Amino acid sequence: MEKGFLPRENLSQLHAVLCQQGYKVIGPQVKDGAIVFDGLRDIADLPWGIVEHTEAGAYRLEDTGDNRCFAWNNGPQGLKPWLFKSQQTVWRGEATSDGIRFKSEQPSPQPLAFIGIRSCDISALYLQDKHFMHSAYADPWYTAQRKQLCLIAVNCSRSNDTCFCESTGDGVEATYGYDILLDELDDGYLVDVKSERGRAITAALPLQPGSQQHHKQAQRQLKNARHQQRVMPDAEQLLKLLEHLNDKHWQDIAERCLACGNCTLTCPTCFCSKQEAEVEPVSGEHHQVRYWDSCFSEKHGYIAGMQLRGDVSQRYRQWMTHKLATWQAQYDRSGCVGCGRCISWCPAAIDIVAEANLILGDDHD
Amino acid sequence: MLQRPLKVAIHKLTSCSGCQLAFINQGPKLLKLLEFVEFTHFIEAGLFAPDQEVDVALIEGSVSTHDDLKRLVNARQRAKLLVSIGACATSGGVQALRNMADDKENWKRAVYAHPEFIEELQDCTAVATHVKVDFELWGCPVTQQQVTECLRQLHAGVKPKDNAEKLCMECKRQGNVCVLITQQAPCLGPVVRTGCGALCPSFGKACYGCFGPSEQPNCESLTNRMTGFGLMPNDIVHRFAAIHSQSPPYQQQIARWRLQDLEGSD
Ligand code: SF4
Ligand code: SF4
Ligand code: SF4
Ligand code: SF4
Repeated sequence: MEKGFLPRENLSQLHAVLCQQGYKVIGPQVKDGAIVFDGLRDIADLPWGIVEHTEAGAYRLEDTGDNRCFAWNNGPQGLKPWLFKSQQTVWRGEATSDGIRFKSEQPSPQPLAFIGIRSCDISALYLQDKHFMHSAYADPWYTAQRKQLCLIAVNCSRSNDTCFCESTGDGVEATYGYDILLDELDDGYLVDVKSERGRAITAALPLQPGSQQHHKQAQRQLKNARHQQRVMPDAEQLLKLLEHLNDKHWQDIAERCLACGNCTLTCPTCFCSKQEAEVEPVSGEHHQVRYWDSCFSEKHGYIAGMQLRGDVSQRYRQWMTHKLATWQAQYDRSGCVGCGRCISWCPAAIDIVAEANLILGDDHD
Repeated sequence: MLQRPLKVAIHKLTSCSGCQLAFINQGPKLLKLLEFVEFTHFIEAGLFAPDQEVDVALIEGSVSTHDDLKRLVNARQRAKLLVSIGACATSGGVQALRNMADDKENWKRAVYAHPEFIEELQDCTAVATHVKVDFELWGCPVTQQQVTECLRQLHAGVKPKDNAEKLCMECKRQGNVCVLITQQAPCLGPVVRTGCGALCPSFGKACYGCFGPSEQPNCESLTNRMTGFGLMPNDIVHRFAAIHSQSPPYQQQIARWRLQDLEGSD
């Protein structure tokens, strides 16, 4: 279908239509010095004129004063916290006179429309789908919410210093998985529709036909965004990481690595969790709660009465080899979509691309 | 599972009493707690019986005076299990900063009108320096939840669950934006034990380290990073010489950066 054009002054109608159709709108906003997805009350709350600058261990916003609201690339989190919640009660139990009564925890999904997610967010979503929806044990909370998502994606018009999605095969242009796709241009938005859900929304918008000029500008922007500094080795190369399990370089990384877990928790594809048994102090009810966990946690390596990853070098090795190599056998591709979050949000400024390249380099056997 | 309430004594050594108040301030939850706990000695609640035999002695405060030490030894003898609660008891607390003073007599004179009335031990130390400690609850102050969970588990006859996870984990679960990354703030989260719910980062502030060292704290790397944020050696010393200055991993960094500071000023 031909792409339509939505003049900038009509962007608020997109928000209005989503609300009319019963969605809670989630959009990017500036919060505490970062781009954060949260309930979006008004189009005015979008990050107008804001871009971010990232490097290993640093993230800084800049107000450019221009009239765009999607000129940034990403923030600390994408879709993950909305589907795979950081804290999820999985069942409850109550002591009664004739034993323990178990109660299941029902999902409570709501229709959510996300404005402004990127190609890498969609790739990560599809990877999490494989784990949480299409694996042997589907996750009911994830699945229920996943079915009620409306995704309004935006193509990236620039790349950040830490972006490398072109080399992971994901790319700055969204090609699947969205309901509506926008290219943000000087005077408005090119609008592409992929799904019935999307068509129901665009049908209610005052779209004009997109001009050739609009298309040209969109292509120019994508070309600009494809210039990225970092290059992740390809999938075949990455499998060779498994030939370097005893490389001395893991120890060198461990001297810097804080084993803080920030990389895994900001990574949009990591899915590890732990469960805790908790007691509600007043009612005495038992809650079995699932929390985000990380292979950098000491207890995560404690399996069958044994500590398998006592040393931090082994934990970094677990993270990198799972993400980039063994993930391929598990879910048919590397677990990295090139968003760069683990690089910019690492308090020790460790760069997974640089480290992978170093380990795969000739002089590191 | 104990079929009667757990007998608990709360002893206070040198401290601000903030940890004990974690009990009193919990409203209806305190009534629930009293269903399986019987306090025998708890001065803040008006109960005085330090010599009674108990199942559990909770020790708040550091060993700073001769009297502290005497009472601690007595508490240990009369309890089956001893749990140290709070920063003072687990690592010496803020008052242990005096251990680092070069001239202790001068210090005393600067603080007290009548220093001759102050009769203290050479150093201010953690409970575990003197007696066997069965469990430690870290925090300045400890939370109600920590203490209640510990007592509940002891009453049930199971070993209390320890959680030495790094604060960053909880910070991320809460969805906070990392202040170390956006502000280059000297956050101690990556080397600090969880427990506070990432309170300071949730208000945009760098973690001060109330809960002490986490599992495997890589303070060496974190402090190297802090110098990149423009912190001077003395700033780093101050960062670590606050609540848990006497815990070995922080002590090491204090010594390391004090040395750097001296070398720098030569
Ligand atoms: S690589 Fe960085 S973010 Fe990941 S655990 Fe190590 S220090 Fe933390
Ligand atoms: S490994 Fe790093 S760059 Fe790759 S998807 Fe995860 S956070 Fe993004
Ligand atoms: S990299 Fe670590 S935290 Fe992420 S999914 Fe793999 S084992 Fe889990
Ligand atoms: S703000 Fe502090 S505690 Fe939170 S993730 Fe950053 S370094 Fe860790």
